[in-house]
Amino acid sequence: MRTLSYAEAISEATVQAMECDPSIFVAGIAVDYPSGIFGTTTEAYKRFGKARVFDTPAMENALTGIAIGAAAVGKRPVIVHPRNDFMFLAFDQLINLAAKWKYMYGGRAGTVPIVVRAVVGRGWGQGATHSQSLQAPLAHFPGLTVLMPTSPHDAKGLMMAALQHDGPVVILEHRSLFGLKGEVPEEPYVVPIGSAEVVRPGTDLTVVATSFMTVEALRAADELAKDDISLEVIDLRSIRPLDEETILASLKKTGRLIVTDTSWEMCGVVSEIAALAAEKGFHDLKAPVRRIALPNCPAPVSQALEDVFYPKASTIAKAALVMLGRTSSSLGEIDLVDDFKGPY
Amino acid sequence: MSQSHSGTEIVSRSNSLVLPSAEKSIEMHRSLLRVRMTEETLATRYTEQEMRTPTHFGTGQEAVAVGVCSALDAGDMVYTHHRSHNHFIARGGSVYELAAELYGRIDGCSLGRGGSVHLTDRDKGFMVSSAILAETVATAVGTALAYAMDGEAKVAVCFFGEGTLDEGAFYEAINFASIRKLPVVFACENNLYATESPLSVRQAPGSDLCDRLRAFKVTSERVDGNDVAAVYDAAVRAVQQARSGGGPVFLECMTYRWREHVGPMFDHDAKRSYRDKAEFDAWVARDPVRRSATRLIEQGVATAAEVEVWAAETKAEIEATVERARQAPWPAVDTLFENA
Ligand SMILES: Cc1ncc(C[n+]2csc(CCOP(=O)(O)OP(=O)(O)O)c2C)c(N)n1
Ligand SMILES: [Mg+2]
Repeated sequence: MRTLSYAEAISEATVQAMECDPSIFVAGIAVDYPSGIFGTTTEAYKRFGKARVFDTPAMENALTGIAIGAAAVGKRPVIVHPRNDFMFLAFDQLINLAAKWKYMYGGRAGTVPIVVRAVVGRGWGQGATHSQSLQAPLAHFPGLTVLMPTSPHDAKGLMMAALQHDGPVVILEHRSLFGLKGEVPEEPYVVPIGSAEVVRPGTDLTVVATSFMTVEALRAADELAKDDISLEVIDLRSIRPLDEETILASLKKTGRLIVTDTSWEMCGVVSEIAALAAEKGFHDLKAPVRRIALPNCPAPVSQALEDVFYPKASTIAKAALVMLGRTSSSLGEIDLVDDFKGPY
Repeated sequence: MSQSHSGTEIVSRSNSLVLPSAEKSIEMHRSLLRVRMTEETLATRYTEQEMRTPTHFGTGQEAVAVGVCSALDAGDMVYTHHRSHNHFIARGGSVYELAAELYGRIDGCSLGRGGSVHLTDRDKGFMVSSAILAETVATAVGTALAYAMDGEAKVAVCFFGEGTLDEGAFYEAINFASIRKLPVVFACENNLYATESPLSVRQAPGSDLCDRLRAFKVTSERVDGNDVAAVYDAAVRAVQQARSGGGPVFLECMTYRWREHVGPMFDHDAKRSYRDKAEFDAWVARDPVRRSATRLIEQGVATAAEVEVWAAETKAEIEATVERARQAPWPAVDTLFENA
């Protein structure tokens, strides 16, 4: 099958959806620049022009409200934040209005199908305010759908699903994934919202991962396979709604759970899944759940500190070994070399 | 009262006003009555503790809602803020559904899920009200954007208080509307207070809200918000400009809230001192409903007797409607997750 990069997959989904649905438009800072948000909006701009793909002032809160007001009368706006950290300024519209719209007006004001794309930064000194990952605060609120595709296949399929969904959807796209290549069907398709995927079957231990941490988990699984240790890796894909069934079925099989996410532990996605295991999978657990997330400080800039800040494949592999009471000789050399050249 | 916003200056401005037709004047007066009587009936019954929803009554400010809504077409779309009953009723929303919403009943316009500050009647061209300052200014701009993208000759309107101009988000929204020359009218009800804070603690001396808007190249006009004909006149021009691609318009309608910020009491009865009784009395003397009635009679459009009959009929009908809403059923508990 044909391969595309993650960025190309998002671009293709956008263009194909816009071809079928004239109500879709794309707005945000820099979406109509030649660089087009890492190339994800360039093709749509070429195809549909400024009428449907347009730059806006930096006005994250109003832009979200504008998207809601347009969606309320039949549009399907896609708004894009080059870093999801900027979205803190949009939380009022997103959480106080978009997430509540359908419920709070008794369904009588219709729905507001907006898609918010937001990029998670990492590395090359992105620092404390350009590398956060907001899935936990967003997924806290009923009424929001929060997606984190990892593979190019899912980047396309979940984008297309979001563009058919009847409520607000946030898609968090990890900066480190944009160059990732994978098989992507040419024809339009959807990946169902709310479904996690077992991306690598295994028997000894389950790793539930989000976004870029899935890539790290797969590397850990490859490495441990050499020592006959079998990790099952689940790519969560959808933070809210959460696919409890896939997680619990895997836990039933392996009895051990590591959860790893691109953000912090405290009130985080890793904790939510640990709670799920404790509440509904307790009798399947052979060992305490282990959470692998960011250490409890903001992201530092210095390369020396950044290196120890981010959990990696080796972090996951080591945790798995401890949990299984095993050792391995080759660990430490499996970590990805970050080939991101910056500056953004 | 404060700064450059002297009530007398505004009243004298409307002397040169061209009055609407007799038919329009009567229609607007009857709408004023409907709005006033609805709010007064709800305020009276609010003290029974059966409407369990924080409510911001709009008594005294009716002319803004009626004047602006009377200038709209059926296809236009209204958004508003927390003090929204006036706009809901002036736009043709159902008194029964409003009252049922306040009583938390299933017949409420939002099925009892929204309360006083989350109303909707989109078929009547009233999209939503919302309780967060400046929120619906942006959504109105978004609706106007959709109209402009589709080449539809429709206008979006947003009502809000002058307190919304204390919020940063307001300026993001009006700036975009101005850049894109969107068909949107910003109807500001400047009632001189945000909760109990006067303009003087929220705006620098000599600050002029219309000037702020002009800095964004938005057409702006200050209007006597207690004169329904003056509001209507300004709104007709504003809507016409917005609809014809001339860009957004900001109307600063000077008015005054009679009751407390939230709840049905009068401030002096509640022994609050943030505004004095003399100021209140001066504004009650400019009662928009009475001024409209007086003008109808002076112009020979209606007799005093007719005006009184309309008022009495409206009052009786609304009182009965509100009582009927009180007796409507509760939402079934198994519908808790409906629309979640
Ligand atoms: C973002 C936000 N901040 C604070 C409040 C609390 N609040 C409710 S009404 C109000 C004053 C609003 O004044 P104004 O906009 O002039 O409207 P008025 O109540 O006078 O009609 C405030 C501060 C709110 N609803 N939303
Ligand atoms: Mg005010």
